[in-house]
Amino acid sequence: MLRSYLPAIVFLVLGGAVGGAFAVLNSVIGPRRATPHKQDPYECGLPSEVKRGMRFGISFYLIAMLFILFDIEVVFLYPIAVELRAYGSYALTETIVFIVLLFVAFGYVWRRGALEWR
Amino acid sequence: MLAVVGYFEPWWIQILKAILIFAVGLQLVPVVLLAERKLLGRFQSRYGPNRVGPYGALQPLADILKLLTKEQSRPTTSVGLLFAIAPLISILTAVAAFAIIPFGDTQDIFGTKVGLYGIDVSIGPLYVFALGGIAFYGIMLGGWSSGSKYSFLGAMRGAAQLISYEVSQGLALVGVVITAQTLSLTGIVTAQKGMWYFIPQFFGFLVFLVAGFAETNRAPFDVTEADAELVGGYNTEYGGGGFASYYFAEYLNVLVVSGIVTTIFLGGWLMPFGIHPPGWVDPIVVLFKMSLITFLFIWIRATLPRLRYDQLMSFGWKVLLPLATVNTLVTAIVVVAVH
Repeated sequence: MLRSYLPAIVFLVLGGAVGGAFAVLNSVIGPRRATPHKQDPYECGLPSEVKRGMRFGISFYLIAMLFILFDIEVVFLYPIAVELRAYGSYALTETIVFIVLLFVAFGYVWRRGALEWR
Repeated sequence: MLAVVGYFEPWWIQILKAILIFAVGLQLVPVVLLAERKLLGRFQSRYGPNRVGPYGALQPLADILKLLTKEQSRPTTSVGLLFAIAPLISILTAVAAFAIIPFGDTQDIFGTKVGLYGIDVSIGPLYVFALGGIAFYGIMLGGWSSGSKYSFLGAMRGAAQLISYEVSQGLALVGVVITAQTLSLTGIVTAQKGMWYFIPQFFGFLVFLVAGFAETNRAPFDVTEADAELVGGYNTEYGGGGFASYYFAEYLNVLVVSGIVTTIFLGGWLMPFGIHPPGWVDPIVVLFKMSLITFLFIWIRATLPRLRYDQLMSFGWKVLLPLATVNTLVTAIVVVAVH
């Protein structure tokens, strides 16, 4: 059955060829006149003080954690969605319990203010 | 049920049709690029590009040539390898996602059956979401490895935005999957013979479309590259080839979202009122519907101002997510009750 993915691999190879062509052609055709100031990161105003290890808002981490939680729930819903009709009310009850639990967690997260952007 | 996959052809037909569909996709990107600039021009009471070729038709070609003749430079603060491969990740994920859009049913061509799609797999939408998850690295690594604060902020915003809307986007399709009972995209199209899903699954359609705008970083959700505050966002430090790659990926992603919306909610290659045209019309129908959605993308860009970042996040979590969940719940109850 993995054979049905063969065209996707062809797509990947061709896409890589296009991206590679952009990079290679650019480095062949484009001029090279590097000066120290040209190679500074773009800045408007004060000199840049950004280091890659710098600290930034905790909100981004929080969103990432919430994402893992809810996306896993979504992935769990897919198999049961395909087979919902086959298992009838049994699967329906399970789905409702599952989604209600999800909503309880969601309500908790909302009440605690994790969804407020700071 | 899940193990049943669509028909697949001898390997040489698979390779040939992949090359053909890729070539079509490659030709569509400049068309969308030009259409966007022309239409934006008209929306703003100006002409848009009209100097290069008839009606400015060769403008995308000129753009590419100009980008390729630019000096390749990267800031001293950047991480060389990641800086070089990040745009490539963006292109690869967009291209691979394009493979799943079905342009028609399986056709008899010279005695062999050929499916007019790159791949038709038993995981369908999950394949698209998986690639969307990897596409996140294209933006994130590109912005982070540039070592510039605008790129860094753009990448962080982009990352948080992508993952926030991916949840709603995934949930929006659960209702469709419940109704169609399959994850194969051609299966979902065939299941729409009676009625296209944008009618019974209207809220799913809305949520998916809005989340699609956010996933492709298009206006009004383009805070990743908010020109007014972040210069160019994650691609501030990119010029020449890298920039071309990012733009290619962005427009291809617009096409992919249009294609997925067409397939899942607008009946794919099906015509309204039960008209059954011959098989060769199928791709034309799909491309027509895709162009409608692409036009909507451009229209919205010309109409709506950019959202503020906190508004964007709270809209995704507090409006779209509950809406998609309620839609799933109601669909599940109705489907089982009717059944």
